[in-house]
Amino acid sequence: MKKRKPARPQTLKEATFHYCPGCGHSVIHRLTAEVIHELGIADKAIGVPPAGCAVLAYFYFDIDMTEAPHGRGCAVATGIKRALPESVVFSYQGDGDLAAIGTAEVIHAANRGENITVIFVNNAVYGMTGGQMAPTSLLGMKTTTSPKGRDHVREGYPVRVCELLSSLDGAVYLERTAVNSVKAIRKTKKAIREAFQTQINGEGFSLVEILSPCPTNWKLSTVDSWKWIDDVMSKYYQIGLIKDTRKGSSKDAD
Amino acid sequence: MKTEAKRLMRGSEAIGEAAIRSGCSCYFGYPITPQNELTEYMAKRMLETGRVFIQSESELAAINMVLGAAATGARVMTSSSSPGITLKQEGISFLASMELPCVIVNVMRGGPGLGNIAPSQSDYFQATRGGGHGDYRTIVLAPASVQELFDLTRDGFDLADEYRIPVIILADGMLGQMMEPLVLKDTPIAPEELPEKPWTLRGAKDRPSRFIRSLILDVNLEEEHNWRLYRKYQRIERREIRFEEYFTEGADMIVVAYGTAARIAKAAVKKCIEKNMRVGLIRPISLWPFPNEKILDLTKYAGHFMCFEMSMGQMVEDVRLAVQGKAEVSIYGRPGGVVPTPAELFRVISRTYNKILREKKA
Amino acid sequence: MLTKTIFAGFGGQGVLLMGVCTANAAMNEGKFVTYLPSYGAEVRGGTANCTVSVSTEEIASPIASSPDHVVAMNAPSLARFQNLAKAGGIFMLNSTLIEQGLSRTDLIEIRVPAGEIADSLGSLRSANMVMLGAYVAASKVVSYRILLEAVESVTGSKRKDLVELNIKAIKAGYDYVEEHYGKADKKKKSAAKAEVQVEKTATEK
Ligand SMILES: Cc1ncc(C[n+]2csc(CCOP(=O)(O)OP(=O)(O)O)c2C)c(N)n1
Ligand code: SF4
Repeated sequence: MKKRKPARPQTLKEATFHYCPGCGHSVIHRLTAEVIHELGIADKAIGVPPAGCAVLAYFYFDIDMTEAPHGRGCAVATGIKRALPESVVFSYQGDGDLAAIGTAEVIHAANRGENITVIFVNNAVYGMTGGQMAPTSLLGMKTTTSPKGRDHVREGYPVRVCELLSSLDGAVYLERTAVNSVKAIRKTKKAIREAFQTQINGEGFSLVEILSPCPTNWKLSTVDSWKWIDDVMSKYYQIGLIKDTRKGSSKDAD
Repeated sequence: MKTEAKRLMRGSEAIGEAAIRSGCSCYFGYPITPQNELTEYMAKRMLETGRVFIQSESELAAINMVLGAAATGARVMTSSSSPGITLKQEGISFLASMELPCVIVNVMRGGPGLGNIAPSQSDYFQATRGGGHGDYRTIVLAPASVQELFDLTRDGFDLADEYRIPVIILADGMLGQMMEPLVLKDTPIAPEELPEKPWTLRGAKDRPSRFIRSLILDVNLEEEHNWRLYRKYQRIERREIRFEEYFTEGADMIVVAYGTAARIAKAAVKKCIEKNMRVGLIRPISLWPFPNEKILDLTKYAGHFMCFEMSMGQMVEDVRLAVQGKAEVSIYGRPGGVVPTPAELFRVISRTYNKILREKKA
Repeated sequence: MLTKTIFAGFGGQGVLLMGVCTANAAMNEGKFVTYLPSYGAEVRGGTANCTVSVSTEEIASPIASSPDHVVAMNAPSLARFQNLAKAGGIFMLNSTLIEQGLSRTDLIEIRVPAGEIADSLGSLRSANMVMLGAYVAASKVVSYRILLEAVESVTGSKRKDLVELNIKAIKAGYDYVEEHYGKADKKKKSAAKAEVQVEKTATEK
């Protein structure tokens, strides 16, 4: 970490991230920790990291955290929230974790209107296991398990998680953002804050899908991967508010 | 102590009521026969008592909801039958490693695969060998009556908390479905009355933050973690063995059976006693830890142990290990959901017993 | 002394309730008792049955592969359980719905027009209670007085009128058997003899 970075929020431990340079996880961790700190919920926040590159998130967040088996973050978060309704619970999940093995759990947590928050990191690959195809990998994208590029006949289409969940009445706040520019990062932080606020207000299921660079597995430089999000990824995954049916909100998905 | 009158109760519901009276505040389950009555009973009772009930989207989700709720310190239960328990194994392995207490009920049915919904004991290996991946154990209690379904479920919650371990109640379709008189001899405890646990995740208020995990990448630390679990398992093996003996003293032959099979075996052994045969019964109540020493001790009388199971040779392996070669061990099994009659078992015992006598004379 | 009875009929005829009442009465008499209903796929197709075991000693298995008594509320139940019933036992038939009789001669056949009797009491639905009264009169598995108490507690105090109707129906069934089969005991003995003979011929073979 460079010294010039802004002060560490109290909700982050004094540890150095193990993520690759340019990885979106570092930024998203920091944003989440800042929001938790700013909302003053550090003493009742409980986090559920995934199996994925962020598996060790409990080494970074200075709040209570419990591990979940691969994909089961939403079920574990449900258990915590139901047992302890006054807590503020979030799962932090990658696209393999949430949109492949954990699809049932996220859909049903959303459908129950589970009052939890999901930080969904979409980097279009399986990072931790070495760059295999994820459900969110784009058409034509080459990964270690789609060496010829993703072909919808062979491998199906990339899953748009926010749109998929948006038909469920229990999901009240769904927003897609990115972390590839200062402006985008600011918007992401705002969305994370909205999502937590949704939970604090007791309004139901909230999820922020964050388009996040994985330079290592995309085999791009940091700068090029930021550009790739703008040029390619966000063309398929529309950035912005996907759904907001919270009380008092007049904004609807556009 | 509040003693209530005898009442006729279904096995599944006795488990549910025991959970309620143990202060269980969260139940997560998914429908599967022959334990639906338990899920339904919990739906009704948990809502009546203002506690948490969720019918999850799968057994996988249910066990992971258990994990989350257990991490907050809540007393929590899930239940299923054989195929559903297979799906839960992922979570059980995590619960074991993360040392999260909970009660898991398996109302066993015939297998493998979907099998059938008749009573069976085919999940003995799965239950007593950990079940999921990794080097771990769970406490396994095997009730044989509706009263015991109740009593052992209550004890299960206490053991789970005491040792921070998942406890499995291993019942079967017959025990779950049948009704028998039940006396509630216990003092019910409400979730609010339970003692606080010092390790739970409830928000880092006025204390440093905590995390609970199973991933330990450093091999030395992971080894130490496993050693610690192992020492805990040893402690349990020393302290928590349960069994029932029936005419074992001086017996030439001992039948070993648990759960439903033990009920049949008891009636068959009783018939043996009436015919002046020196046959006894030992019924393991805790399947893990298994009553090894007791069985070894009984080899001072008995030269033959016959394991009777509603499966084809699972518990018999433990019996064989327990006798340490000091006695012969045989198996009589009926798999696939068949519950044999005491008369049938009596014939089998007699045959073996007479053979032993002949050999003794020769 | 262990007695196993199977109550069988269509779902909706209240056969499970007959079993629950019997089991409760036996429990209140201080006996060992188990009650096992048919469940799951077995219940599909609209049939239901349950097994009640009553004993002075611990009961090994709640299952009856060969029941001492059978109470059949419909014709399929007759077909299903006739061959399983133990020789010398009572086989009760709801003659309102079952025209044919038993083909076996080593059972005590008791025919009760439970439907008609219930109808005359103003509620066809209490045919199960008529049959329950008849069954207790014939089998004496539990005492009549305790059965009435059990029925009262099981069928609930919420609906007084229903409890009264049930009690009336049980009485009617009980009286019917006393009147028409008062000598059931004697028959039972002769049937028991027949059983002994059957066994003898079996062992001779
Ligand atoms: C049951 C199970 N299967 C497979 C794995 C291996 N595994 C760990 S993380 C992961 C996928 C991670 O990808 P993603 O969720 O996209 O997160 P990222 O690493 O990209 O942040 C897999 C398959 C596992 N831990 N558990
Ligand atoms: S592999 Fe990708 S997702 Fe994982 S730490 Fe590296 S850049 Fe981040």
